[in-house]
Amino acid sequence: MAEPFLIGENMTGGYGAVDILHDCTLSVEPGEIAVIVGPNGAGKSTAMKAVFGMLKLRQGSVRLGGEDIIGLTPQARVRKGMGFVPQTHNIFTGMTVAENLEMGAFIRADGGIQTTMEQIYDLFPILRQKRHQKAGELSGGQRQQVAVGRALMTQPRVLMLDEPTAGVSPIVMDELFDRIIEIARSGISILMVEQNARQALEIADKGFVLVQGRNRYTDTGKALLADPEVRKSFLGG
Amino acid sequence: MDILNALTAFLNFIVVPGLAYGSQLALGALGITLIFGVLRFSNFAHGDTMAFGTAFVILFTWWFQSMGITAGPLPTALLALPFGILATIAMMLATDRVVYRYYRQVRAKPIILVIVSTGVMFVMNGLVRMIIGTSEQNFTDGARMMLNPQDFKTWTGLAEPLAIKTTQAISLAAAVICCALLFWFLQKTRTGKSMRAYSDNEDLALLSGISPERVVMITWIIAGTLATIAGTLYGLDKSYRGVVYFSLLMPMFAAAIVGGLGSPLGAVVGSFIVAFSELIVTSAWKKILGYLVPPEWLGDGLYQALSTDYKVAVSFGILIIVLLFRPQGIYGGK
Amino acid sequence: MARYRNLLLFAGVALLFILTGVFQSWNLSLNILNLALLSCIMAIGVNIQWGYAGLFSTGIVGSVALGGLAVVLVSANPVPAGWAAGGPRIFGALAFGAAAIAVAVWLYNRLKPGTNRALALALYLVVAFFIYRFILDAGVLGVEANNPAQAGNIGGLGLNSLLAWPVGALLAAAAAWVIGKIALGLREDYLAIATLGIAEIIVTVLRNEDWLARGVKNLIDLPRPWPVPKEVDLQVNPAFLDPVASLGLDPVTASTIFVKLLYATMFGLVLVLLVWGCERALNSPWGRMVRAIRDNEISAAAMGKDVKFRHLQIFIIGSAVVGLAGAMMTSMEGQLTPPSYLPLRFTFLIWVMVIVGGSGNNWGSILGGLLIGWLYLAVEFLGPQMMQILTAGLPEGNLKDHLQDTAAQMRLLTLGVVLLVVLRFAPKGLIPEK
Repeated sequence: MAEPFLIGENMTGGYGAVDILHDCTLSVEPGEIAVIVGPNGAGKSTAMKAVFGMLKLRQGSVRLGGEDIIGLTPQARVRKGMGFVPQTHNIFTGMTVAENLEMGAFIRADGGIQTTMEQIYDLFPILRQKRHQKAGELSGGQRQQVAVGRALMTQPRVLMLDEPTAGVSPIVMDELFDRIIEIARSGISILMVEQNARQALEIADKGFVLVQGRNRYTDTGKALLADPEVRKSFLGG
Repeated sequence: MDILNALTAFLNFIVVPGLAYGSQLALGALGITLIFGVLRFSNFAHGDTMAFGTAFVILFTWWFQSMGITAGPLPTALLALPFGILATIAMMLATDRVVYRYYRQVRAKPIILVIVSTGVMFVMNGLVRMIIGTSEQNFTDGARMMLNPQDFKTWTGLAEPLAIKTTQAISLAAAVICCALLFWFLQKTRTGKSMRAYSDNEDLALLSGISPERVVMITWIIAGTLATIAGTLYGLDKSYRGVVYFSLLMPMFAAAIVGGLGSPLGAVVGSFIVAFSELIVTSAWKKILGYLVPPEWLGDGLYQALSTDYKVAVSFGILIIVLLFRPQGIYGGK
Repeated sequence: MARYRNLLLFAGVALLFILTGVFQSWNLSLNILNLALLSCIMAIGVNIQWGYAGLFSTGIVGSVALGGLAVVLVSANPVPAGWAAGGPRIFGALAFGAAAIAVAVWLYNRLKPGTNRALALALYLVVAFFIYRFILDAGVLGVEANNPAQAGNIGGLGLNSLLAWPVGALLAAAAAWVIGKIALGLREDYLAIATLGIAEIIVTVLRNEDWLARGVKNLIDLPRPWPVPKEVDLQVNPAFLDPVASLGLDPVTASTIFVKLLYATMFGLVLVLLVWGCERALNSPWGRMVRAIRDNEISAAAMGKDVKFRHLQIFIIGSAVVGLAGAMMTSMEGQLTPPSYLPLRFTFLIWVMVIVGGSGNNWGSILGGLLIGWLYLAVEFLGPQMMQILTAGLPEGNLKDHLQDTAAQMRLLTLGVVLLVVLRFAPKGLIPEK
């Protein structure tokens, strides 16, 4: 089997003395949506943060396009083409939507920032309308769009989302998932953590079910949805 | 005619000094609020930073004066200002390197940084005393009055004079120029925006590739520059004594908190609120009132709510009101 | 091991005092010791606030000054004429002011929120303020007109100075209650800023309100606290002179040393009682709860602890201890000199003591109090001497004069550097918290 585009392999580690992740593996291919689901406290967010370098791993490796990036800081990983949208505090509330996007592109030295910004406005038309408004004054769903837009400004090859639909209404959630599919179609890999497991698996090419920091099931989204064991334990029947 | 006289007295005793004092406070409070926004602590050393910068401006002023270099009708101190600013910036960056940087790296609690800043305050205060002593230093020269009270009386025929000191006019002009530049920098330049982003959301700024060390460095440079200008203007206006700058801390903190800590616009608005409140409360209103009502109604009182010794009580009162009713300040700081 | 180390540290500090006694004079050494003991008590108060609860107050000098004021009000000689000229009127004005504020608070809670309430209250307060000034001013004028050269104040109760000590603690506690109510529960910086302001106001009141304690005209000749006699009385008392003569000592020196030793004993006793109480409190469930709050406010609050109330309680207790020490100091010095209440000496110096000694540890505060107290006062005679030795080789002139003058300013710089170095390299201090 060929090496996946991004892989966090056999990751073991935690924030302090106690390990949260145990031999956990996550991977995603270009243009693919990979979803991490599992019960509360399963270490879903931790696993994704580990891939992004926000957590010190005792064992395991993280490789992007075949290159070992385990020693890199999160900031350096951004430069390597990884985008990260934290679950909370993911926008600059006191700055306008346009400024948020501009700050997202802070590390870019090329002249294409305006083009990328237009692409993001095309993806999220409401942001174009509200581009001179302060991001903190927007609704929850619009804030998430700003957050995703900010992360896309670096033109990442992988976009990592930590519970992007937390606290938004079901309609907004569907809308957001549609946009995520659209992003993936443009060739960007998506790795995201989701509470709403069923809906997330529906759009996922690949699903990772984590329990207590370990891989329990790994399969395509469809297969996981069809698996009676998974349905019973994690999708509420 | 009496209404005009009352108005003139009001301008002379309240408005003109209030604008000048408010401008000086604003330049200081801006530094406090910027440092708070970016480094996230209340800098108790800021008053002494002003004293430090001013001390260097005075040294250069004396040197220029001794060589016969002056700025004509303007104070020579304006020529010395850039040199004082450079010395202060050097001091700020050195302090950050030797003292503050370590606490950023270990992510110390803000209150530890407050205590550290009191230590820095001592060191700076000690240095200022060693450099220039504790006695009053006069370094004002050039034309004293921009609007001479006698001239005003002859022109208008009013009984009440109106005086505008050169230093008062310069204070206001300097504040306007500095604020315009600062707001342009923060709103329009990439570096300024990155500073606001860092102040808004540190973690996200890091994720966006904004370098904290660079943002911090620029913050110290701006704060040092503004502090030196503020201190020099205050010293020109009221004469310089190293120790008085400590007592400016309270009004500056009050101003920054009234506006909302971390909000530059708030700091400017807050400074004028504090300055005018101080003057309104500690001025004797007898003269102004005397033009509006028959003087015999007024009796012997000075119509002064608090003696000028209690200036600090005014800023403290404003601070208390804000803490009680709107701790986040007018413009919603942190 | 740690125990020996601590004993060694204390022995070292004791040696400093002994050396001062041998090479300078025992009077000086005891003088420094007494002031250092008072600093220790203040440091314990600050340690209660900072070490136990993590509250940073920059208004310690205010508590000290209130303690001093208590001594004047309790033990100064009564000035009946002054009191009659306006005392009741002044206190009436103060009572009116307090009542007006209480009514304002009541109105604030009763009225409907909105702009109208704000305007009405503002107007009410302005009117109330002018009524207050109307009542107060005449009283103040009356009191201050009474024999301004020697009195001009309302006088004290003429009671024993010892009684003023708890009163000083109470005054400081009352001020702490007001300021704590307002500034606690917000960002921790706000407490630091608010206490800076209130302390400045307290000292300003002492300086300017002549009717209260004669302001900058100073109030001198306060009576001694029981049981300390005056030196001049000792020098004519046979019960004192005979044993002194039989030991072959100079009666004047012996009497001054005797008085200082008496103070040292009293202060030491208070200190021991305080430390005993603090240690008991720290090891009680209350102490554990307080430290739990300090170490993690959020989880303590989640467990149902009333963090703000505990902080207020600790802030008040700490301030009261400092007020007590302030009263003890004024009653030893026998005079109130408002200009001497400098934030440097009574706020920041105490902070350095606590941090150098080891925050959170009472023994650390005592060690810090004795060590830094000695250093601070010893620099007064050591600094110029050292500067003289250092500049001995220089020719007479401006530079030499300037350097010798700066010796006095070195204190601030040294204090700042010591604070920064300890915070950076030994944040736990000389005797770390257990």
